[in-house]
Amino acid sequence: MTDQPNQLTRREKTAKIRHLLETEGETVHETVTPFNEGRYRRYAEMDDLEEYRAEARRIQKDAIDRLPELIEQVRDTVTENGGSVYLAEDAADARRHVTEIAESKGAERVVKAKSMTTEEIELNDALEAADLDVWETDLAEFVLQIAEEEPSHIASPAIHKSREEIAALFNAHFDLDEPLQTPEELTSFAREYLLDRITTADIGVSGANFIAADTGTLALITNEGNARKCLVTPDTHVAVAGVEKLIPTIADLPPFLNLIGPAGAGQDITAYVSLFRPPVDSPVADFSEPNEPAFDVGNSDRSFHLVLVDNGRMAMREDEALRETLYCIRCGACANSCANFQQVGGHAFGGETYSGGIATGWEAGVHGEESAAEFNDLCTGCSRCVDACPVNIDIPWINTVVRDRINHGADTSAFDHLVDGLTPDDEPTGIDRSKRLFGNFETLAKWGSRTAPLSNTIADVSVLRSALDRVAGVERERELPRFQRETFRAWFEARDAVEPSDTVREAVLYPDVYTNHVQVDRGKAAVRVLEALDVDVTVPDVPSSGRAPLSQGMIDTASSHARGVHAALAPDIGDGRDVVVIEPSDLAMFQGEYERLLPGDAHEPLAENSYELLEYVFGLLENGAETSALCGPDDRIAARGDIGTEIAYHSHCQQRTLGLEGHTVAVLERAGYDVVTSDVECCGMAGSFGYKSEYYDLSMAVGDVLREQFTEPETEDRTVVASGTSCLDQLDSLLERPSRHPIQVLDPGR
Amino acid sequence: MTTTPVDAFEQSLADLPVRIRRTATDDLDETLEACLDPPTIGVALPFDDISLADYPITLNPTGEELLAASTGVTAGGPAIAEYGSIVVTSRFDGTEHTSLYPDKHVIVLAASDIVPTLANAISELEEAIDDGLTSAVITTGPSATADMGAPVYGAHGPEEVDVIILTDR
Ligand code: SF4
Repeated sequence: MTDQPNQLTRREKTAKIRHLLETEGETVHETVTPFNEGRYRRYAEMDDLEEYRAEARRIQKDAIDRLPELIEQVRDTVTENGGSVYLAEDAADARRHVTEIAESKGAERVVKAKSMTTEEIELNDALEAADLDVWETDLAEFVLQIAEEEPSHIASPAIHKSREEIAALFNAHFDLDEPLQTPEELTSFAREYLLDRITTADIGVSGANFIAADTGTLALITNEGNARKCLVTPDTHVAVAGVEKLIPTIADLPPFLNLIGPAGAGQDITAYVSLFRPPVDSPVADFSEPNEPAFDVGNSDRSFHLVLVDNGRMAMREDEALRETLYCIRCGACANSCANFQQVGGHAFGGETYSGGIATGWEAGVHGEESAAEFNDLCTGCSRCVDACPVNIDIPWINTVVRDRINHGADTSAFDHLVDGLTPDDEPTGIDRSKRLFGNFETLAKWGSRTAPLSNTIADVSVLRSALDRVAGVERERELPRFQRETFRAWFEARDAVEPSDTVREAVLYPDVYTNHVQVDRGKAAVRVLEALDVDVTVPDVPSSGRAPLSQGMIDTASSHARGVHAALAPDIGDGRDVVVIEPSDLAMFQGEYERLLPGDAHEPLAENSYELLEYVFGLLENGAETSALCGPDDRIAARGDIGTEIAYHSHCQQRTLGLEGHTVAVLERAGYDVVTSDVECCGMAGSFGYKSEYYDLSMAVGDVLREQFTEPETEDRTVVASGTSCLDQLDSLLERPSRHPIQVLDPGR
Repeated sequence: MTTTPVDAFEQSLADLPVRIRRTATDDLDETLEACLDPPTIGVALPFDDISLADYPITLNPTGEELLAASTGVTAGGPAIAEYGSIVVTSRFDGTEHTSLYPDKHVIVLAASDIVPTLANAISELEEAIDDGLTSAVITTGPSATADMGAPVYGAHGPEEVDVIILTDR
């Protein structure tokens, strides 16, 4: 096993990410984006998508619940079939067992089909140390073997390698007279080269995508056909698989087979799904006597060894937060749908073996939290992977819990004078200063408004900025939020309210911390729009949602915010008031994470009665409110500002996961605007992520895709609107023209 | 107009480079010969009255013939209309090798063996596995890879797939 590297410093992290952005970023982006687009296209075509996902999840949950029983069952069925089963406790145990099998056979050459589990246990090194000649036959793995590099993606391990790089690699490594160039030439060279190795191999090693315990049947999914070739050509087959690959029966396979191709790359179904109940009856092909029949038909003398790997999995099963990781079918969709991953790939967004969003769960479970700590912050909680995952795993939550554990495991001897005063949280003192600072944004914002404009002046003083960077990792290039001296709530209370004449609904407009202290204008616009639509609006004193601390992995602090919000809003909800939310990330808290942060069913009333602002406006229009109450493009002559008829809209990642992008588009269109939307997964800012100095480059690289979409000829003159605060901050640094919340476009008082 | 299972199967393969030929058993000679790029190897088909020995096909190849073959002929079925997939089962006969080593795989399929969904095919397979089948593959189109910088057919398996559907079987 490799030793755990010491945790990188902030400066080293910055350098590593910058280096990968420069060297691998472009190829990763070019490879992964089509996978992601393919999944969207294919998912949209599938009528039964949600049934398959629910069914797949049900089967995985049931299989993990019954795992000990399934292990015993597969022991029996495989033994009855004539194979052997070994349950390896850890990686070393698994390596030792496979090496012993090879030695007892007197084997010299091993050919392998792709298996991340053999990467996890570092099997190749062990076999090579025992003098075996080992060949990866999956073409991507073959490229990595020649290049001596690590996988950068769990399903397509060489996404960081371009054709040019592979050609240069092959031409140099194999010292070819006629250099290879095209993908066809490279493929056919590799095929022939590996064919020679397959036909002379003594053992074929594979993983397994699924193992049906009822019959000891393995399902192997490939596009290349190499798994079958490796496994039926030599007479010995060793399958190495995590225990979580067990499913009860063959009849459980269809939902997975229906999902894995679409989820992975938008394929309807992969080219090959092999089902083996080994040892198989197929005759062993004998190439040693080329002029004799290749098959001794009817006589198959084969052996099969199933190596089930625990290596932390049974403990993950007992761990409430990590357990769901075991449902993962390793399709790679969470990586493909991740804006950060699309820019840097798995060499930054990954641990010792696994990469992408779910890697945090796998790495924490099989290699330990330190391995997850290296990259866990690259998950910003944007939640775009949640809709992508074919088994509905709450991947951001796993990332949050592991982050919380890393925080708690942090060195508590450090004493943080500077940050402590501003961070009245419930967290251990050793936690990273930058996390504490961003996690306590509400306190910071209150102080900012109280002391504005002084607080904003301070934000401009360069010595202070460099101190803030050094101590708390706040990127100097970023403009800091401009705190408003008069908060939104103060404005609301001080104004002369006009009672709506015909009240249709009563609503609390939730004064999120950004609207209250920074984006005060969007709050005012929201009040005017709602009142124009005959809603009776109140803006009570409610604590911040807890999104900021949660995104830093400060779960205890987030829970206390959740309790505060719940206590403050429960009476209003009880009185029949709706809760209207401007900031999508807060709505996502109310409708999502609060279920985990509040006891019992306490989250339900708020989840059921809260609405995103434009979703709410849409509902009002649907129920008869007059569109004419909204400011349309025809009113723009009278209106202040430079808002045009044509709008470019960037929704918010969590808003899209909640399925609420369409409401904003619909309302704007009804009001007479022409709207185009961005289709990037995330703006790159993602709350505080883009403010952190080590992630600034990555954040801007992600943002660049959005910048391109909004500066094309079709969009460059459009008025830019966005729903989330951090998206607006990011758009401000990406574009020369201003951006605003959609409610400010519709504001009759603008 | 109702779509027949054969039509549905064929439509599902529209985007993949698979050539589909429909034929009655009586006209098989011409259809099959049109598919063969010699040298050809094959395994016996499970259909009465059809013997590959009547064609220029080597049935029990030597190691050298297996490696040199350009075409491999096997039976297939059940086939899956929703995906255009075909199940190729292997018993004691070297079907896997015959379908994987040559550049072209010719699959002979009975029209009546086309089932609507993957789930239908899996339940047939489940029974067959219970009855002792040890190896099967659900194939959809040719062998493919995108690992060399662009999609390429013919990675480790066939680059071309021809399907002959026996319309009267
Ligand atoms: S967590 Fe879900 S989306 Fe990610 S690889 Fe696993 S199954 Fe696929």
